[in-house]
Amino acid sequence: MINMERINTFISEWLPIIGGSIVETAQMVIISLLISTVLGIPLGILLVLTRRGQAWENKWVYQILNLVVNIIRSIPFIILLFFILPFTKLLVGTTIGVQGVIVPLVIYTAPYIARLMESSLLEVESGVREAYEAMGIKTRHIIWNVMLREARPSIVLGLTIATVGLIGATAMAGLVGAGGLGDLAYRYGHLRYEVDVMYATVFVLIVLVQGIQSLGNYVAARLKKD
Amino acid sequence: MIQLENISKKYTTKKGTIEAVKDVSLHVKKGEIHGVIGYSGAGKSTLIRCVNLLEAPTAGKVRLNDKEFTELSKAQLLAERKNIGMIFQGFNLLKTATVGDNIAIPLKLIGVKPSDIAARVDKYLEIVGLTDKKNAFPGQLSGGQKQRVAIARALAQEPDVLLSDEATSALDPETTESILDLLLKINAEFGITILLITHEMQVIQRICDHVYVMEAGEIVEDGPVIDLFSQPKHKTTRSFLNTISQRKLSKEFVDNLKKTGSVLRLTFRGEATGDPVLAAVSKEFNVKPNILTANIMELKNGVIGNLDVHMAGEKEEVARSLAFLEAQGVVIEDWDDQYGKN
Repeated sequence: MINMERINTFISEWLPIIGGSIVETAQMVIISLLISTVLGIPLGILLVLTRRGQAWENKWVYQILNLVVNIIRSIPFIILLFFILPFTKLLVGTTIGVQGVIVPLVIYTAPYIARLMESSLLEVESGVREAYEAMGIKTRHIIWNVMLREARPSIVLGLTIATVGLIGATAMAGLVGAGGLGDLAYRYGHLRYEVDVMYATVFVLIVLVQGIQSLGNYVAARLKKD
Repeated sequence: MIQLENISKKYTTKKGTIEAVKDVSLHVKKGEIHGVIGYSGAGKSTLIRCVNLLEAPTAGKVRLNDKEFTELSKAQLLAERKNIGMIFQGFNLLKTATVGDNIAIPLKLIGVKPSDIAARVDKYLEIVGLTDKKNAFPGQLSGGQKQRVAIARALAQEPDVLLSDEATSALDPETTESILDLLLKINAEFGITILLITHEMQVIQRICDHVYVMEAGEIVEDGPVIDLFSQPKHKTTRSFLNTISQRKLSKEFVDNLKKTGSVLRLTFRGEATGDPVLAAVSKEFNVKPNILTANIMELKNGVIGNLDVHMAGEKEEVARSLAFLEAQGVVIEDWDDQYGKN
């Protein structure tokens, strides 16, 4: 039997709190996603173009970049969060709240996006780039008009994966007082045994992730023309 | 127009040095179509990429319109490349752009005035016969249509030279024919000089003025197409010729015939069909020529006929009849089982 009264009480009591958490999660995800993408795409391009036989072939730049990306990617977010506290403090003046968590989120996500972009760009047929080189077109124009353009569907799917990963990482943001859905589930659902809150939060997260993935798939399919 | 002088290209890999191109020289005169033929791995792909310096040669000189390419700065080289169109086996179009944009985008990037771009797109789409596909995406086109778009893209730069890297190798025979016709048309109408590489003798036969046979990085034989087709010397040239003619005699069959006379390969150049000469031979001499196989190849600059003939008769009579045929300009060779092999 569904107890409507209980549901109504739950909604009126928890909706503002869950709503607030959704806003916090959205803030963290959107801001860090934007900054990570701005950093990650150029890094991904560098990872492709500094390879052997590519336009900006440079063994040192490639090896160092590759190593740094691998090191950061090996550290679990919860450790990274505390590991770089001094750096976060130096950069934004605080280590707590949404502001304090953006720095570790970006450092965690940018190398991930760089790797995803690298693999997207490597999928672009090298023959098309060669054709543009043969026409006397500058490398920077080829990056924009050939590589990024042709990789768009794959880039969108990559960013979708990165966004879902980011939502997961923001669950740990509560540890530095940044709030969000993960924090809500942990504090109320786990520490205070409010199981309903846990279920509600998990439900919201599932809907969120499903929605983002479907949107990503849709946009990628629209961009793909073959 | 295009001059390669002693071009060599070496690659250093972990396993050692590979010499893909060894001391190759060639000269394509303005308005001509020259073809390099070779099996895969012969180095022809590397060679054609040395012309526009997509591959920098290890040694040798590349000269185009009397400009020394190997001495140009990077910026100068980019500027010169605008004058060289290139088409590829894999078409290399943008999948995410329409046919029209595939032509317009490179024009924009090489600095053609925006007001001229639309007109050029329409003009060259019409030349390749794809005006109605302007808003289609490459994914909706057939292989031949994609190559036409690639040709329109190359032409739209209005280059003096077109490089073709196995442009018909991914196409079926009928589509290949139509693309070759298009290349002949643009060569005739715009005077574009064409250097192509291929492994299909049919391409050389149909459109080339001059052919280079390449093997293991070297040019083993070259000359005007009509000469090479009528008197091939190198065995690679012969085996390429076998791919376009029907020479299916078996060695056993020929050996049996040789007991009663000679088995010969007669090659006629030009418009001569061969039949009247053979009729004359049977009248003048005490020999009975019997045609075993016949083959006519239409080249860009003429016709070549091949006859495999069994000449029955006494040795001396046969010898006299052959001398007569040679005097008529017929090239005579003993039948060789090399011909039968593919």
